[in-house]
Amino acid sequence: MNTDVYKESPVVHQPAFIDGHSVEIPILKVLQQDGTVYEGAELPEIDQESATKIYKTLAFHRVLDERMVASQRQGRLSFYMTALGEEAASVGGAAGLKPQDMIMAQYREQGALMYRGFSLENFMNQMFSNEKDLGKGRQMPIHYGSRELNYMTISSPLATQIPQATGYAYGQKLQGLDAVTICYFGEGAASEGDFHAGLNMAAVHRAPVIFFCRNNGYAISTPADEQYAGNGIASRGVGYGIKTIRIDGNDILAVLKATQDARTYALAENKPVLIEAMSYRLGAHSTSDDPSGYRTREEEAKWQAHDPILRMKNWMLANKWWDEAQETTLFDKLREEVLAAVKVAEKIDKPPVEDLITDVYDEPPTLLKAQLAELKVHIKKYPEAYPFTAGRIK
Amino acid sequence: MAQMNLLHAINNALDIAMTENERAVCFGEDVGHFGGVFRATSGLQEKFGKLRCFNTPLVEQGVIGFANGLAAQGSVPIAEIQFADYIFPAFDQIVNESAKFRYRSGNEFDVGNLTIRTPYGGGIAGGLYHSQSPEAYFAHTPGLKVVVPRNPYQAKGLLLASIRDKNPVIFFEPKRLYRASVGEVPLEDYQLPLGKAEIVTPGSDITLLAWGAQMEIIEKAAEMAAADGISCEIIDLRTILPWDIETVVNSVTKTGRLVVSQEAPLTAGFASEIAATIQKECFLHLESPIARICGMDTPYPLSLEKEYVADHLKVYEAIKHSINY
Ligand SMILES: Cc1ncc(C[n+]2csc(CCOP(=O)(O)OP(=O)(O)O)c2C)c(N)n1
Ligand SMILES: [Mg+2]
Repeated sequence: MNTDVYKESPVVHQPAFIDGHSVEIPILKVLQQDGTVYEGAELPEIDQESATKIYKTLAFHRVLDERMVASQRQGRLSFYMTALGEEAASVGGAAGLKPQDMIMAQYREQGALMYRGFSLENFMNQMFSNEKDLGKGRQMPIHYGSRELNYMTISSPLATQIPQATGYAYGQKLQGLDAVTICYFGEGAASEGDFHAGLNMAAVHRAPVIFFCRNNGYAISTPADEQYAGNGIASRGVGYGIKTIRIDGNDILAVLKATQDARTYALAENKPVLIEAMSYRLGAHSTSDDPSGYRTREEEAKWQAHDPILRMKNWMLANKWWDEAQETTLFDKLREEVLAAVKVAEKIDKPPVEDLITDVYDEPPTLLKAQLAELKVHIKKYPEAYPFTAGRIK
Repeated sequence: MAQMNLLHAINNALDIAMTENERAVCFGEDVGHFGGVFRATSGLQEKFGKLRCFNTPLVEQGVIGFANGLAAQGSVPIAEIQFADYIFPAFDQIVNESAKFRYRSGNEFDVGNLTIRTPYGGGIAGGLYHSQSPEAYFAHTPGLKVVVPRNPYQAKGLLLASIRDKNPVIFFEPKRLYRASVGEVPLEDYQLPLGKAEIVTPGSDITLLAWGAQMEIIEKAAEMAAADGISCEIIDLRTILPWDIETVVNSVTKTGRLVVSQEAPLTAGFASEIAATIQKECFLHLESPIARICGMDTPYPLSLEKEYVADHLKVYEAIKHSINY
């Protein structure tokens, strides 16, 4: 047994309980809301071109979220989740990585996928569960995934991706790849057992994984102060022996800086990093939720003043990398494009009935083939009851 | 009597249980102030205080582990798992702990006061992870009771019985019916028996058996069959474990035919257990093979949900097939 850890402890002879809040955790802030950089702040690697790409991704994110909530209200879409007010966490995180790095997200990180270049059509096809969806129309809206873009398909059961990210990163290390894994999760999901399993194994087995916690203050209706009693999620990283940083999640430059540095460190040392990004879920949990049942308008208004997209815009304007005319043109164009894409995607056919039995295994077993054959006979008998598939059965 | 939907009936049962016993405690994710994502615990925190109705951190294994400890101590935990699809992190606590607490200690300790409520089932465009019917996993675990109500009246009476029962009970609530199913429910306290099936409609030609939301489906199929002159005896199993073999045996002995229908996939579902037992008990009375009309052996789909489910048309076809065998 390695007893070095005990040797490091100073010996005392009076009981000395350590206070549960004794770990002090600073918060990294680079950019102020008015667009000026804090004095002495260390900037991430960024130039006009990369900044413009980030900003355009943020704009696309905002517009897509707005439009899809509207589509859901009009009854065109069954379900949606926005990331209103916390877009910087996912977009900035992806921007701080390389395309070969794996992204394992929770569900509110569509921004990372946008940054990687997932097309508007792909977003739409997934949300409308049509036959062009990469996921074959099998999961609820917003459960995106793309092998090409190294974005692991979303799974609804919370926190399951956390120990998986550790394993994925360990595999990257074994192969000696120039690649890390970033794992996103909410402060609520961090209560699950899988969180603890994932962080501990990453520390013990030295996996190059960046754990990125979006602490947005709520898990559906449960406020963070009913979720945990410690100093946020960051204090837990320290407990597992993981290098940890807390940042302002609405500060795109802080997100970018922390992720860039975390990547360098994870790769060089083969060790995990924990980033806790402090933010606020400005929107409802999902389109099935109404926050007025558990929080006040005043509280929301307070956070509206910390809009991460406006903050970046102010910085871009101050740098003369962007102007109001470009702003108007961009948003108008995005709105038109999204609207047009909705109209196309909602008219595309549902997946064929054969898709019911594929991918359960690599090859459908005999019993499943028999079940499909029986189903087809049944559908032909009652075609009006199965309008999406009846006409297409051979 | 009052008109209630299934959620109101559950809320009303919880209110009665918490009023009657001050050691009864309701908790789970978003269960406190907000009253749960489906609002089944609405108003309970206001009425009984934060010590007896509260939000837990987001950890199902914690929710049930905590509930096991609370029950062992003699309190009456009523734990909510937000969706049955998310019960699996708590599988160890339920299967290895709740179910075996009494047996392994020689009855020194038990968690008989425990009730776990959880919404289950499909038909809400929920896809893989908001549609599952996992009752069979738990039916495979001696020591648990597994209960599924079909309407508001049943929900209130069965939930009160589950809370008062001296064994750990998993109470699966058909979420598709939460608001859709409305009926007359007595305001006063009453209980319906666990372990007893109910003959909902007597009939003579064939027995139809289901539980929970699937009851609506077999009733609709029975209406279609009635138009063909077929008389269906419709049974609601109500308790999956331990199940009421006698009622089903008596019915099948009379009709000679059985169709069992469940939402869950066919293979190793509870319908299979029923079919095996009934073919043994009623072998010489059977006029046709027992039919199981179930979900397909795949994860629960989204866009092809209509095709996948065991709907009334598939049950109707099975009835005709059995009669014409
Ligand atoms: C294992 C599991 N339990 C419960 C849920 C239901 N659920 C979905 S999202 C959510 C809250 C998650 O909160 P958080 O992790 O803080 O992420 P946020 O929604 O704030 O982005 C809950 C309870 C689930 N999906 N999986
Ligand atoms: Mg959260």
